[in-house]
Amino acid sequence: MRYIPLTQKDLSEMLGTIGVSSAEDLLKQIPDELRTKGPVPIAPGLSEKALLDHLAALSRKKPESLVSFLGAGCYDHFVPSVIAPLVTRGEFATSYTPYQPEMAQGTLQAAYEFQSYVCLLTQMEVANSSMYDGSTSTAEAMLMASRVAGKKTFAVSGALHPEYLEVLRTYAKATGLHLIEAPFCAETGRTTGESLAAAAKKAGSDLAAIFVQSPNFLGVIEDWRVAQQAAKDAGALFVAVVAEATSLGLLSPPGAFGADIVCGEGQAWGLPMQWGGPFAGFFACQMKYVRQMPGRLVGETVDASGERGFVLTLATREQHIRREKATSNICTSQQLCALWATVWLSLFGKQGLRDLAAENLSRAKHLRERLGKLPGYKARFTAPTYNEFVLDCPKPAEEIVSLLSKKKIVPGAPLGRFLGKGFEKSLLVCATEMRSAEELKALEAALAEVRS
Amino acid sequence: MSGGRRQIGGPPKERRLRIPGTAGLALEESLVFERGSPGRVGYSLPETGTVPVADPKAAGLESHLVRGELSGLPELTEFDVVRHFTRLSTWNYSIDAGFFPLGSCTMKYNPKVHERIAQMEGFANGHPYLPEEFCQGALEAMYELCRMLAKISDLAAATVLPAAGAHGELTGLLLIRAYHEKKGRKKKKVLVPDSAHGTNPASAALVGFEVVSIPTASKGVLDVKDVEKALSDDVACIMLTNPNTLGLFERDIGKIAKVLDQVDARLYCDGANFNALMGQASMGKMGVDVSQINLHKTFSTPHGGGGPGSGALVVSDKLAPFLPTPIVKKDGGKFRLDYSPPDSIGRVKGFWGNYGIALRAYAYILTLGAEGIKKASETAIVNANYLRAKLKKTYHLPFDQPCMHEAVFSDKNQKDATGVTTLDIAKRLIDKGFHPPTIYFPLVVPGALMIEPTESETKNAIDQFVQALEEIDQEARENPQLVKDAPHLPFRRRLDETKAARSPKLRWEPNGS
Repeated sequence: MRYIPLTQKDLSEMLGTIGVSSAEDLLKQIPDELRTKGPVPIAPGLSEKALLDHLAALSRKKPESLVSFLGAGCYDHFVPSVIAPLVTRGEFATSYTPYQPEMAQGTLQAAYEFQSYVCLLTQMEVANSSMYDGSTSTAEAMLMASRVAGKKTFAVSGALHPEYLEVLRTYAKATGLHLIEAPFCAETGRTTGESLAAAAKKAGSDLAAIFVQSPNFLGVIEDWRVAQQAAKDAGALFVAVVAEATSLGLLSPPGAFGADIVCGEGQAWGLPMQWGGPFAGFFACQMKYVRQMPGRLVGETVDASGERGFVLTLATREQHIRREKATSNICTSQQLCALWATVWLSLFGKQGLRDLAAENLSRAKHLRERLGKLPGYKARFTAPTYNEFVLDCPKPAEEIVSLLSKKKIVPGAPLGRFLGKGFEKSLLVCATEMRSAEELKALEAALAEVRS
Repeated sequence: MSGGRRQIGGPPKERRLRIPGTAGLALEESLVFERGSPGRVGYSLPETGTVPVADPKAAGLESHLVRGELSGLPELTEFDVVRHFTRLSTWNYSIDAGFFPLGSCTMKYNPKVHERIAQMEGFANGHPYLPEEFCQGALEAMYELCRMLAKISDLAAATVLPAAGAHGELTGLLLIRAYHEKKGRKKKKVLVPDSAHGTNPASAALVGFEVVSIPTASKGVLDVKDVEKALSDDVACIMLTNPNTLGLFERDIGKIAKVLDQVDARLYCDGANFNALMGQASMGKMGVDVSQINLHKTFSTPHGGGGPGSGALVVSDKLAPFLPTPIVKKDGGKFRLDYSPPDSIGRVKGFWGNYGIALRAYAYILTLGAEGIKKASETAIVNANYLRAKLKKTYHLPFDQPCMHEAVFSDKNQKDATGVTTLDIAKRLIDKGFHPPTIYFPLVVPGALMIEPTESETKNAIDQFVQALEEIDQEARENPQLVKDAPHLPFRRRLDETKAARSPKLRWEPNGS
């Protein structure tokens, strides 16, 4: 076994030092009735070649030639070639959580840079060094807002990503919190002030926070000012959710509208889709709440010679110090994914983030206009969108997906599964910078063809 | 002492050039925000083709929603970025570079082939909402991994959705609560031994359970009598780490499970130390109902400087109906995801969990196979006991008996004689080229040094590590200040953590400060 180094000679010397005659003697610590008798019932080990052959065969079951217009919280952005070789360097990938800062300044400085990027892009005062993903980051925002406000009810936009909503429900049920949904406007696709106010009113004096996502699950860009005002009127915290992080290159940051917490998903910052993970959730808030934050924080300090250095800090919030009184149970986060995003953000920088976002907005807008003009099809919502939009189709969306699959085109996500009644004929169509003008045309032609 | 660095051969500080700066191979590097120059670019966008560029305001976006200049963001070339992160990487210690004996963290070798697999097109670029016909390969890997995890642990079923160990704990506790609720009960208490990882009580408290602490008995393991004493109808479960954080097998675990059964309390086994058990002991026979298997520990996915991990769960048939959604199933040779099993606790994370991590664990188990799994755990146990037998001559071993995959020492011998503490010893190990062990944990051993060598290390590596600790013991007796001032040699010396916490500076500011 090439991963296990002990030779027979090593082993016998070591057993001699221990003072036992065989490894089996050491295993006698385990009561006999609890031992695994005989071999583990799995297959014998594979050579590297056989392993690669097997996994390549599984990998190929997803055709490489697929043209996908799927977004819905997991976005197909271009991944520059320099990122993987940097991030997979053993120095980064095979190091541990930086509990010994003198041996982990690389990880720590990169984490500090990630925190700084999140602050700059969301326009918030403080950010942590990553969360599991956008959905759990949103759930942690709910828990934190409850601690800060001392209240238990939340008004949540109905246009939040449905999987984020599901995770919120799981966490809310587990912790005795309550969610009240504020429906989105059937015409514009935005969450209106009236809708938020009505949900807030239902919550009454127990309202802790208002949650709004932009761009929302329908691809629609929400008006942060409306959410800010609704929270202010209700005396609640304003939690902004961002599931498509490249949008921050072009859209006003929620921090400019007084958001108390901004949480979301950093996958769009160049992380491969990987069937939905691992991603880099992010979490930012105002500095006055820092001691209520979940997750790891890296801070600047000096070493014994006065040189700048970085350490994990404010750990008294965390489980390894506070145990059952911790602000969160989180230990392992998604540091390497945060590093991936940090490298990507550094490549794109000031101009690239803006150009990329403009490109996304342009392509989706162009596609939305073209598809909306096809007989039988209609763009469902009127409010401005970023890189995806809802398209109403002349037949059930599942059927359209199935028909276009034969041409290796995936036209979008059928919304019936997520939004239920009234959305059986709706597709959520996404066009990032990855979809070429030819591919947009191919989708248009394919949709026209399956109309009847 | 102030001259420590010079005395033991480190580069004198004044010889370091500040910009761009090297001294030997210690490469100075500024923050990414302090680099670059206006006008530099490190990206290229795909060709626009015939798609017209839209002005966001013309696209109907209100002007207050259009962002102004992105101030503070750097402007770098691709090569600037490569150089920046490469230089940062040189400041990290890693398992690739050397022995990393962090107790309870299982820093074993992370095979490079896993990265090649994760980058295969059909894994890197798969979208979780693709039609099922295109997901068959990806789902097969997930299904097979779950099946093998259940086989290895000897339990009924598995899920790979939780993102990390603590997330697995939280999910496991929700399964237990759902089990009791299904029977119409609202149990409020969770028993947690005092030697448990901090995540255990934190997870239990997070979901509203009352944590009842149980003492570790004098022999270092839990006494079934102490469990009986704490038991009541209101107990939902116990969270027991096995082997525990002292590296000892909880011999009474089977009896504890039977005692719990009297009030239908369930057995949560913290599987952080599963590397000692795989292929050797059966969780089914222990009476375990649920355990999180940290794939980033036992199944060798890289720790990444603090994640991503995966807190896969293995469960008994009692808890299987409550597993989180989606659940991967196989019907007539086709794989599919079940999004609405009737008794599920619901969703705990977006999409399919940390899929890319699960994939690496799948590759690892396929490589090890039936015989490799057993060999790995057995070797980990031999390595730990060898280290224990050698090191106990110099360092205090509070529980002097054979251990499983790790051994817990303390600073008692050194502290009493020289004033040198566990933290000093840990920092001095850095000068000797080793990552320190886990320190001051478990809490039941004052000044703990928790050492886990894993099966990846050679006898020679362990010998060298023991020798380094023996040297430190000698230094503590001859020149304690040398040890107290350590580390002297790394790129940065001991960092002021108090300052960092008292006046937190948690981000770079565009205008400096």
